[in-house]
Amino acid sequence: MILPIDLLLLLFLLIVGTAALLVRDLLAAIVLAGAYSFIMANVWLQLGATDVAFTEAAVGAGASTALFMACLSRVPRWEKE
Amino acid sequence: MIEWITLHIVEKYNFWIAMIIVIIGLTAVVVKENLLKKLIGLSIFQTAFFLWVVSLGDVGRGDILRTWGLRTGAHPILWKEAAEKGYIYMNPLPHVLMLTGIVVSAATTAVALAIVIRIYQKYGTIEEGELIEKELQFEREGVN
Repeated sequence: MILPIDLLLLLFLLIVGTAALLVRDLLAAIVLAGAYSFIMANVWLQLGATDVAFTEAAVGAGASTALFMACLSRVPRWEKE
Repeated sequence: MIEWITLHIVEKYNFWIAMIIVIIGLTAVVVKENLLKKLIGLSIFQTAFFLWVVSLGDVGRGDILRTWGLRTGAHPILWKEAAEKGYIYMNPLPHVLMLTGIVVSAATTAVALAIVIRIYQKYGTIEEGELIEKELQFEREGVN
C-alpha cells in the first residue's frame, strides 16, 4: 500500500460519488457512477485485493454501466427539479 | 487523547471513509425522487459496504502486527522473498465474500432496472412524487 495514492484515491471516491448523485443529467450521472466503480477498483488494488479489483472493473464499471445505459434509452434523460 | 485519535481515527481512515460513503449512498436512496438516481445511490452504498469488509481483511491496520515485527500489504499469493522480509498476506476470506457480493449487486441492479422500465411503460414517469399522484388517479378512475 502506498499511502499518498491511497488517500488521493479515497478523496476522488468521495468527490465522484457525490457528483454522481448531484448532477441532473442522468447520462452524466451514469458515466460518473462508472468512474466511481473504476476508482473503487484502484482502491482495491491498493488494498491488495486483486481478484476483487478485476471483478469490480469488469462487472461494476463495465456491465452495470451498460445496463444503466440500456435502461436510460427507454426513460427520460433529465431529472426533474 | 492524541493517542486515542491516532488509534481509532487516523490508522483506521478506510473505515471512516467507507462509513461516509455509506451515508452519502443511503441519503440518496431516501431523498432522491428519480428512480435511476435511487439505484445509483444504492450501488454506491453497496460498494462502500464492500470497502469496509475488505478493509477488515487488511489485518495490519491498527498497528497490531508491527509490534510483532510483521508487515502487511502483500497480495494473497505469498512469495518466498516476501515471507523472509516479514510480510504476511492479506486475509483472502473477505475478498471472496465480497466477490460474491459484487456479482449479486450487479444482478439486483439488472432486475431493478427492468422494473424501472416496466414502471415507465405503465405510468409514464420515473419521479416518485408524480408516480404516487398517477397511482391515486388510476385508483379513482378504476384503471389497473
